[in-house]
Amino acid sequence: MFPLNAWYVAATDNEIGRKLFSRRICNKPIVLYRKENGEAAALADACWHRLLPLSKGELHGDNVICAYHGLEFDDTGRCVYMPSQDTINPSACVTSYPVVEKHRFIWVWPGDPALADPALVPDLHWHDDPEWVSDGRVIHAKCDYRLVVDNLMDLTHETFVHGSSIGNRAVAEAPFSVTHTDTTATVTRIMEDITAPPFWAENLGQAEHVDRWQVINFEAPSTIAIDVGVAPTGTGVPEGDLSKGVRGMVLNTITPETDKTCHYFWGFARSFRTEEQSLTQRIVEGVSGIFREDEEILEAQQKAIDDNPDHVFYNLNIDGGSMWARKLIDRMVARERDTADIAAE
Amino acid sequence: MKQADHWVDARVVSTEDIAEDVRRVCFAPEAELPGFDPGSHLRIEVPLGGGTTLRSYTCVPSPEGTLGVAVKRRVNSRGGSAYIWSLSEGDRVRVTLPENRFALSWRAPQYLLLAGGIGITPILGMARALTARGADVALHYGAERPGAMAYRAELEALLGPRARFYSDADGERPDLHALIAELHPEAELYMCGPLPMLEAAKSAWAAAGRPISRLRYEVFGDSGAHAERPFEVEVAGLERTVTVAEDETLLSALLEAGVEMIYDCQRGECGLCSVDVLEASGTLDHRDVFFSESEKQAGDKMCACVSRLVGGKARIDIGYRA
Repeated sequence: MFPLNAWYVAATDNEIGRKLFSRRICNKPIVLYRKENGEAAALADACWHRLLPLSKGELHGDNVICAYHGLEFDDTGRCVYMPSQDTINPSACVTSYPVVEKHRFIWVWPGDPALADPALVPDLHWHDDPEWVSDGRVIHAKCDYRLVVDNLMDLTHETFVHGSSIGNRAVAEAPFSVTHTDTTATVTRIMEDITAPPFWAENLGQAEHVDRWQVINFEAPSTIAIDVGVAPTGTGVPEGDLSKGVRGMVLNTITPETDKTCHYFWGFARSFRTEEQSLTQRIVEGVSGIFREDEEILEAQQKAIDDNPDHVFYNLNIDGGSMWARKLIDRMVARERDTADIAAE
Repeated sequence: MKQADHWVDARVVSTEDIAEDVRRVCFAPEAELPGFDPGSHLRIEVPLGGGTTLRSYTCVPSPEGTLGVAVKRRVNSRGGSAYIWSLSEGDRVRVTLPENRFALSWRAPQYLLLAGGIGITPILGMARALTARGADVALHYGAERPGAMAYRAELEALLGPRARFYSDADGERPDLHALIAELHPEAELYMCGPLPMLEAAKSAWAAAGRPISRLRYEVFGDSGAHAERPFEVEVAGLERTVTVAEDETLLSALLEAGVEMIYDCQRGECGLCSVDVLEASGTLDHRDVFFSESEKQAGDKMCACVSRLVGGKARIDIGYRA
């Protein structure tokens, strides 16, 4: 279950170029490409005529030519050529989806195009902020995208799933607070005067007597930016001063592919040692390893959900963040259903 | 893309005359209504000559949970208009849930809306939606007489000076060339109305050098240059003569006479039902948008679903070979 009136990442900026690229988003097959001026375009990936995926065709300027009978569609989805007739059928049109390129991602809006306001693109600005350096990957996860959201909204699991890297007892034991707005939910956990896990100890240059923070920022329906880092105890972390520490942002945005699969785009941005490409590479490899552990859990969880159709989740105190995230998602979906259609009196 | 029809039973909940010869009929379907956007239409099953046929009508504003259509009374109705006008509260009908083949792009910096007569029905929803979103939009709406302009008051209130109205009876016509000339280069034109108006707008659009993909229109295939008159066709190969009454189409007359035909859109778009005209004693009244102007002038083909002969007789070839 996902809202359609939302911006979802369809691809990273480097995935889309002057060739046709197919990806399913919210159960809709979509073909993506760049026009001659570099702007991205997104059309339904099925010809109006016989439904052949347009991605099997070819680009001709800004237009897509179907590989089957040569029907040609412009970047707004309008048919501009039809074989063996002098006119063009006025109904001949494939859906074209609103597209925005922002924060090194190509975002599409699968719902009502009239509502596609570019100002609503979720904030992942750390990906193109000159003060930060980032890199990431995309994972095709065989689970409901909300399981990834749940996973990221509660980092207690780090202690158990990622015990060998970033997790330790302090994460599972530290108290946390959950706040929310109409479109966001935030889980804040500050671990005071602890021993830093190895990655953070190395970058701070200090292992003992550190304050570690994890602030999980959820933006409905599926973007989660997690502010993480450590600073020496007594430098003001509980009061919000992070300036004496080392800070990273775990940038996640999840795009439903089908009801039970998703495209999980993650990245890690940091504001320290930003000149070191080797560190960037090491972090991507490290986080990839960590997320493989998550992927295994999430796919097994999806399978268990399918195997237990009469059972539902039991929620614990630690699930407050994910409960809020799901409530905000549910609200978006409900609002979409209720939206009095424009034709109503 | 074309959707599969989703048929539901429905009940007539209201009928109301909203302009001269224009009646709005609202149906309560026995199914949950999905949201639908401007330009959407429904299909309705129309009893005709012992069987049924289908007609498409734009979904117009109606009370929540209902579907509304606004239909003009036609003297020579193809069956649909007469049927809708015969309905009264409580009657049961079969309709499809809304489908949209005339959707707004929401991309254009400026929109020009053109409506002729009952062609206002999809344009109204567009005007509402575009206005609600603060789009740059203007409407030009013509009809036979001021009294025949359904939704005029609403459109005046909605658009103020951006809506202009033209009465045929008073000799008023929009200056299409001037309207198109002052548009933004990426503006889009959305149009619904009788064929002559459509052809005029298409040629003005092309003359201005604008891309055809930014002109969107919907046709119903029920208007031509001439009034409907009965005519006869002789089908080559079958050596049969079929009479087409003024209130039926060539296609329906052929089908009723047992002549096998292929067809799809039934509104002059797809060209599947086109037949060769071998000779004709009457004028051809082309009402389709499938053939180009020069093909129409050549006069050797016609779309059986909408085009007619203005009286007289024609010998046609439907491709049957004994």
